[in-house]
Amino acid sequence: MSNPVVKVNNLSKRYRIGAAEKGYKTFRETIMEGISAPVRNFGRLRSLTKFKDGQEEDVIWALKDVSFEIDEGEVLGIIGRNGAGKTTLLKVLSRITEPTSGFAEIQGRVSSLLEVGTGFHPELTGRENIFLNGAILGMRKKEIERKFDEIVDFSGVKKFIDTPLKRYSSGMQVRLAFSVAAHLEPDILLVDEVLAVGDAEFQKKCLGKMEEVAKEGRTVLFVSHNMLSLQNLCTRGILLESGQISMDDSITNTIGKYLDLGRERSGEVCWASPEVAPGNERVRLKAVRVVSEDVVTAEVDISKEFRIEVDYWNLEADDRRFVSLFLHDSMGVCLLHSANFPSVSLVPDPWYTRPYPRGLFRTSCTIPGALLNDGPHSISVYIHATVNDNIIATRDILVFYVRDTGMMGKEYTDKWVGAMRPRLGWETNQLD
Amino acid sequence: MEEKPHLTIKPKKGWQLIDFKELIEYRDLFYFLVAREIKVRYKQTVLGGLWAIIQPFFMMIVFTLFFGNLAKVPSDGIPYPIFNYSALVAWTYFANAISYSGNSLIQNTALISKVYFPRLVAPLAPVLAFLLDFCIAFIILIGMMLYYHIYPTIMTLFLPLLVILMMFTASGVGMILAALNAKYRDIRYVTPFLVQFWMFASPVVYPVSMLPEKYHLIYAINPMTGVIEGFRSALLGTVAFPTQMLLVSALVSVILFIVGALYFKRTERYFADVI
Repeated sequence: MSNPVVKVNNLSKRYRIGAAEKGYKTFRETIMEGISAPVRNFGRLRSLTKFKDGQEEDVIWALKDVSFEIDEGEVLGIIGRNGAGKTTLLKVLSRITEPTSGFAEIQGRVSSLLEVGTGFHPELTGRENIFLNGAILGMRKKEIERKFDEIVDFSGVKKFIDTPLKRYSSGMQVRLAFSVAAHLEPDILLVDEVLAVGDAEFQKKCLGKMEEVAKEGRTVLFVSHNMLSLQNLCTRGILLESGQISMDDSITNTIGKYLDLGRERSGEVCWASPEVAPGNERVRLKAVRVVSEDVVTAEVDISKEFRIEVDYWNLEADDRRFVSLFLHDSMGVCLLHSANFPSVSLVPDPWYTRPYPRGLFRTSCTIPGALLNDGPHSISVYIHATVNDNIIATRDILVFYVRDTGMMGKEYTDKWVGAMRPRLGWETNQLD
Repeated sequence: MEEKPHLTIKPKKGWQLIDFKELIEYRDLFYFLVAREIKVRYKQTVLGGLWAIIQPFFMMIVFTLFFGNLAKVPSDGIPYPIFNYSALVAWTYFANAISYSGNSLIQNTALISKVYFPRLVAPLAPVLAFLLDFCIAFIILIGMMLYYHIYPTIMTLFLPLLVILMMFTASGVGMILAALNAKYRDIRYVTPFLVQFWMFASPVVYPVSMLPEKYHLIYAINPMTGVIEGFRSALLGTVAFPTQMLLVSALVSVILFIVGALYFKRTERYFADVI
């Protein structure tokens, strides 16, 4: 029997994004602009919360007429690209921000985890922070006192519990933070991508705890980019696209549809002008494409090598640039990360050490045949000036398929499991 | 089995009053935020809580030197230092409370944008937390009264009411400043000026009696006038208890509080979006 505990009805949320400011031209204009700045600034700040009816250019709908229900005990995954409205939805449901129109009804105690360690203060001790953070997350003082030992045990920082938080390592801080969060006992839990913290071992512990929560029959709304944990935890999935629900189905089907999203069947994604392309005034992307046998394609033969080409405009002279790529599989698992560094290149890229002039550049990476398994893969492109200075960081910008046309599946035609499918050195010898 | 809370989320229209029920529900958080405010303030300082005394005490020395000794400002027949310090105890509380309160939302940006709690807790926490500093500074006042052989009058019984009046005023101003500050960061620069001007618009370095009697009630529109004059009258017996002035001050203070609360509640819906 279905018993909806969360009902969301035509929920919409409007934001104003700052319109770009015009560059100054002459000295006179600069002075005039400076004098009139207070008036303009006031109008700009005021307009952040004042909206006119009808169409306005710099207004975006982070959520538009979103409706769904969640039954008691259901674990719902929210999937979508960056900016699709996932976090906005959680913020509206956890009352951090108000919807512009529509309404939601929630039955039961809600806790939201948009971040772990909210309100942690470096000067306070671990003990004081547990109480403060617990209260911030909506726990009563008595409840925290009751669970205090359990929280400390789970975090594994017992020895330092009366030490100021600023003396903790960042890993310890995160563990303490998650431990508090993990001991919330709400009827409905709203979680935003908080599992991507701590070391691998602790992450596993967190995921385990999440599974426990899900199995206890609590209602959970879970936002993540990690398809693997979504698949593991959720029963149902909602796909958000530009603030609207484009799919509401089983988690498996929704993930399938999501990975199809933005799947440029052409094997190329390009931007007509720098203004609309990802990047900033230093570098803009022009195009990313997959090329196999000199043809741009979204389908790559598993046994043949292919090239990923990244075209970009360099807009800032005399600085260094380098490009790095990530490949993810359909579960969101990162298969590889590489860059045009000499030490990870077959032949060093001469541009690696060279200062770039302004202009259009192409960096390409050749990936050998018989390396990846068949199936969809997504490409993420980063362009950096230094290792710590990411100018462009895109996620899942282009999807391509590795197809086994039969070249590597003559004997066994079913799906080969695993992320990789290289040709390896097999041999059998008769030993006696 | 306790009944499950039912929550409806929808856009709020128009003016809202303070939701006291909700504030009570979140009293533990309120308590911890006030505790944090107090614990953190003097962490990693050498003098710690002594700063609560040093601030008004050194102000008193400077004012006594310039206004008491050099400018010969009258002090209602009592020594200038205690005349001045009695006002500074209240004034220092007020100045700190509105400054911290006005910055409270900005200070707690991470909280505001990541978790829900009644936003009013943020500006009200410093108003409560600074009461501790007030009490510490007050001890020195008692010491000075013993030193100068000045004894409180029966009107000292009204002291708690004066403190409440002072807190009410600080809350009202703090809420307005905090709400404006969320959107217009100019407030951060306005506040120090405001505090300075307001101090000279209050009888801190000079007595009310310097003004012609007919202006006293107009002067009391500044609620801190009533508070400070009340303090002096009750504790030091300088003038008759200024009942009429206090009524005016109290009225203005309540209006400030209501306006502050209404404005804060009206604007809090967009704090997370603009902060």
